[in-house]
Amino acid sequence: MPCRLEGRAMAFKVVTANRLLDGAVVWMAPEERWTECLDAALVFESDDGAAMLAMAGRAVTDRLVVSPYLIDVAPGAAGVRPVHIKEVIRAAGPTVRPDLGYQARLSPVAR
Amino acid sequence: MYRYDEFDRTIVNERVAQFRDQVRRRVAGELTEDEFKPLRLMNGLYLQLHAYMLRVAIPYGVLSSRQMRRLARIARVYDKGYGHFTTRQNIQYNWPRLEEVPDILEELAEVEMHAIQTSGNCIRNVTADQFAGVAADEIDDPRIYAEIIRQWSTLHPEFSFLPRKFKIAITGAPNDRAAVKVHDIGLRMVRNDAGEAGFEVIVGGGQGRTPMVGHVVRAFLPVPRLLTYLEAVLRVYNQLGRRDNLYKARIKVLVHQTGVEAFTRLVEDEFQAMAEETPQVLPGGELARIRACFRPPAYRTLEDHPATLTEALAADPAFARWHSTAVSAHKQPGYAIVTIALKPIGGVPGDATAARMDAVADLADRFGFGEIRVSHEQNLVLPDVAQEELFALWQGLVSAALDTPNAGLITDIVACPGLDYCNLANARSIPVAREIGKRFAALDRQHDIGELKLRISGCINACGHHHVGHIGILGVDKKGVEHYQITLGGDDTETAAIGDIVGPAFPAETVTDAVETIVGVYLDRREAGERFLDTCRRIGLKPFKEVLYAAH
Repeated sequence: MPCRLEGRAMAFKVVTANRLLDGAVVWMAPEERWTECLDAALVFESDDGAAMLAMAGRAVTDRLVVSPYLIDVAPGAAGVRPVHIKEVIRAAGPTVRPDLGYQARLSPVAR
Repeated sequence: MYRYDEFDRTIVNERVAQFRDQVRRRVAGELTEDEFKPLRLMNGLYLQLHAYMLRVAIPYGVLSSRQMRRLARIARVYDKGYGHFTTRQNIQYNWPRLEEVPDILEELAEVEMHAIQTSGNCIRNVTADQFAGVAADEIDDPRIYAEIIRQWSTLHPEFSFLPRKFKIAITGAPNDRAAVKVHDIGLRMVRNDAGEAGFEVIVGGGQGRTPMVGHVVRAFLPVPRLLTYLEAVLRVYNQLGRRDNLYKARIKVLVHQTGVEAFTRLVEDEFQAMAEETPQVLPGGELARIRACFRPPAYRTLEDHPATLTEALAADPAFARWHSTAVSAHKQPGYAIVTIALKPIGGVPGDATAARMDAVADLADRFGFGEIRVSHEQNLVLPDVAQEELFALWQGLVSAALDTPNAGLITDIVACPGLDYCNLANARSIPVAREIGKRFAALDRQHDIGELKLRISGCINACGHHHVGHIGILGVDKKGVEHYQITLGGDDTETAAIGDIVGPAFPAETVTDAVETIVGVYLDRREAGERFLDTCRRIGLKPFKEVLYAAH
């Protein structure tokens, strides 16, 4: 999915958490939905972080997710990508097991 | 093996039912995450990078084939087909669903296993020599005492909220294969002048942020006083250990700050006071009952070095090579201890698929009285194999791709899960292990290098035991980029030492080259019969530094 933010030199963030029932990595999407696809996440500017976390807090109360927090993302040609390696690994899966985690949804060539 | 009695069974079953209700309440919204988190951790359930992680206790690393098959079944049914054996002789599952964890715990309870005290500030799973009960050099079987400590420490109300987690390791042999000097308490069986067996008690060792080799606080502790003395140590720690600073809360910091002499006096005073109050000793009947659980299996009368083995060794070089790394001396003539290295070249140290777990269980039944051990070096062990059956066992291992002939060699790498799985990690461990494994894959070269313990941790908590690796590698985060700091000269045996940092950290791209350079210095400088560690101790860091950082 092409990224709307491409080329803009600003600090962008998304909210991430783990889903309560299975622990899966999820990101907050528009309309307070939670998605397994980082490209579908709601990307916002740093200044909005507190408001977005407050919104995520409702999903905690509703027992959808646990421990939400903000991560830095950078726009790229193929959508947003986390800035820190730890979040890159969370978004994809273990780098030593390309058959596991969200990266497993891609074809072996695209990995 | 020890079998659960009614008390064990009741405790474990009640805990399963309790946790099932806690999960139900969490999902129903009756418990918040803040309320639930300490409860799930008390049952070994963490939340890691990708999912929940369940850590299952394997008491002192001893498993039956039946239990191993159940671990395989859990991997297959509830997880993604594999498990990870850890440096604390436990197993971790990386992908369980919260709702199914009570079912997993119920399946574990059916085979007398659980996940109690695999997290939290309590006494964790007691670890022991993986050759316990069968080693040729052993004074007494440490499983007996590990089991007694397990029973004493399980749900012990006085020690459920210690300042920090607490790890006890025990060995029955002078050659320490259980790393007892880098545990909160290490117990080593010794004999006194009268020839009686007892324990040397070592306190205040540990790794992590502040690595320390433990100190002997008791040169000889008579067996019947074991629990009283442990209780005295724990009481002193519980009272004086720091609860204000997470990084200073382990007993090693208390021992260091108090001073060994003063600390020892505090323990001895408490020990004396307890003795006067109630002269507790281990009841002889109970000791005998536990000992009986670990009676040797029905060995046949066999000779060492049977002709069939000698012929197979001469005829098949691949078997001979495997034999030279995997087989250790057994106390019973005609038998051998076999280490199954879980370190395939390019694989993940300590990982085992459900199929391989089943294969090991089958081989244990066919060749080893159905018993399996997990080592703190993330390998498996069949403790009782007849020497005349080693060749057939090896063929079975080959079929299951479990025949990597590298136990004790440079590619027998210990590595924590690192940033590929762990929330605490700063850098990845497994990819580094894989690269080093591939670089040194050539068997002739590995065997030429000889014994070399390479250990990798992805953060300062040191689950990969890097501080005590002959070569230790620690992953660090330098401005968001993974780097690796190298230490040399660490040792986790009876001659324990913490490795020294050789210099500035290396980026991921050059860490394997750096290891190769280090090994090159050893090969150039070694004298006849010297292991890597010996040369390292003799020549010090300087020659390694000179070559490693020559271009800088």
